[in-house]
Amino acid sequence: MMPEARHRGRPAAPGFATGRVVALGTTMGTRRAGGDPARETAALRGAMAKAAAELAALAAGAADDAAGILGFQIALVEDDALSAPAFAAIAGGTPADIAWRDALGDEIDGYRSAEDETFRARAADLCDLRDRVLTWLGGGGTSHSVALGSIVAATDLPPSRFLAIDWRAGGAVLLSEGSRNSHVAMLARARGVPMIVGLGIDPCRLAGEALVDATGGELVLNPAPATRAAFEARRRSHEIGAAEAASRVGEPAVTADGVAVAVHINVAGPDELASLSPAICDGIGLVRTEFLFAGEGLPDEETQYRVYRRLAEWANGKPVTIRTLDAGGDKPIAGLTADGESNPFLGMRGIRLSLAHPEVFAVQLRALARAACHGALRIMLPMVTVPEELEAARAHLDAEVAALTTAGVPVVRPPIGIMVEVPAAALAVECFDAAFFSIGSNDLTQYVTAAGRDIAAVADLANPLNPAVLRLIRMVAEHGRASGRDVSLCGDAGGDPEAVGALLAVGLRSLSVAPPALAATKAAIGQVDLGRRAESAARERR
Amino acid sequence: MSVTETPVIASALLTNEVGLHARPAVKLTMLAKSFAATVELALEEDGPWVDAKSPVKIMRVKAPKGKLLHFRASGSDADAAVAALVGLVARGFDENGGEDADDA
Repeated sequence: MMPEARHRGRPAAPGFATGRVVALGTTMGTRRAGGDPARETAALRGAMAKAAAELAALAAGAADDAAGILGFQIALVEDDALSAPAFAAIAGGTPADIAWRDALGDEIDGYRSAEDETFRARAADLCDLRDRVLTWLGGGGTSHSVALGSIVAATDLPPSRFLAIDWRAGGAVLLSEGSRNSHVAMLARARGVPMIVGLGIDPCRLAGEALVDATGGELVLNPAPATRAAFEARRRSHEIGAAEAASRVGEPAVTADGVAVAVHINVAGPDELASLSPAICDGIGLVRTEFLFAGEGLPDEETQYRVYRRLAEWANGKPVTIRTLDAGGDKPIAGLTADGESNPFLGMRGIRLSLAHPEVFAVQLRALARAACHGALRIMLPMVTVPEELEAARAHLDAEVAALTTAGVPVVRPPIGIMVEVPAAALAVECFDAAFFSIGSNDLTQYVTAAGRDIAAVADLANPLNPAVLRLIRMVAEHGRASGRDVSLCGDAGGDPEAVGALLAVGLRSLSVAPPALAATKAAIGQVDLGRRAESAARERR
Repeated sequence: MSVTETPVIASALLTNEVGLHARPAVKLTMLAKSFAATVELALEEDGPWVDAKSPVKIMRVKAPKGKLLHFRASGSDADAAVAALVGLVARGFDENGGEDADDA
């Protein structure tokens, strides 16, 4: 019996979980030392067998549709016709991983060249199979499929890898590095997956049964019965508090001294809305459209239009703020974003990228203008730095609206606003003729504090409650009030109960948060007494 | 046991919505593998013929809806093999016109 062990990290997505720890290897994409052909042949045969066994185990526990997909991959990996070119290359001296990658690459190209879209789409299955075998070839004892309900431990986790895991049966994420400001942490909060970052311990050394308290930031391995009982008690009392907040989620948010606050939701895809009622919020404050660009190839106008229209119709007349593509930075898109920038966060991202690719931008603007016929849709531009970018985007929108109108396509020209996340935009906010402003506190904080959102070592500096950040938020809120323009905040700080009081105190009256944080945010707003805060602030100044 | 000297040949129209794609290809090859005979498939009467027991090769054919699939088998149970495969294709791979979830 292993002794109990405790580790502390930073909470990145609140919640509690228990389960077995699965350490994810970091072998994907690493080169392995090749051996003689006999050894390489054996290595590839072994990796293929392991991948097939893993797929069979996955298929056994999967729903029908998933089992069908996995069954197809099993049939392929068990077919000698697939691996024959790889074994031939190995016999000629090629290392196993390169031989396998090349052989599958040719097969994948064959699928991609198909005229029929259904056949083309099967290329993704071959990519999946290729990577699964490569992971085993790299000696990684873990592949990218993870048992349901696992506590996943890793150094850091790419968003794609997080999304590939099925979290419906619970589970949690433990990162030895990572940051609560990273995109994977954002995804975890949005999906209610508990996450602790900055544990500072090699994930391979984490094993066994785990209790994860991602609200307090504590991990217990191999817990003693008394520890487990205390953990369950803490989880229960937390759930009672959450249930209490959840029972009141449909009520409007009002501070303790009666100030109304609008609370919107941040959405990364229409699927998130399936179980939500528009009655619980004041609208959608941020739609991250990057999900549309996650597949192979860029989404066409019709695809985008259908998604935007679905969002607008869901909101039932409440505002829906859709952000144009915010790629770049740590959100690369193949064939669109720049590779090898020395500092991607200061490079071609957000509106800069859209203006550099007007043909891609135009498709999104056309889809948005068409969808605006079906609800109170608003367009929001990310990473705006100078007023010229807003005006250039507006000109593109006007041109597309005019072209569609001429063609007899019904359109509505949506109001166009900007994200305030670059300090230059915050400091000179009055220079921007935007219909509305939405403060992106994650990026604004990292740019003001010069502390990267994915760098664990400086995570404490990247504090949205830094007085300099709050001062900028106050400036934007005051400009909005004075000029009659709507100001909101859609960064993670809005969904942090600890931060809500400070944000309201500097003048914000509108927040947008991840759906799972909605109830807690409204409850936190109810605790804030703005009158008393103003009095004590005045006393401190005297 | 009678060994068929000349191959058994028959054909069936592919009626599935998206053609001979992932799940039908797996069904077809699994059925083909249940026979001892060598079984081959082609889009044209004169070939090229591909091994109907290999899902990789069947997928390379990329047979679309509306195509006539030709089967050729030789071996002890060639008659039964061809009859079974033609039946599977004619029945639309027993997909009942339902959604092809794996190809959605």
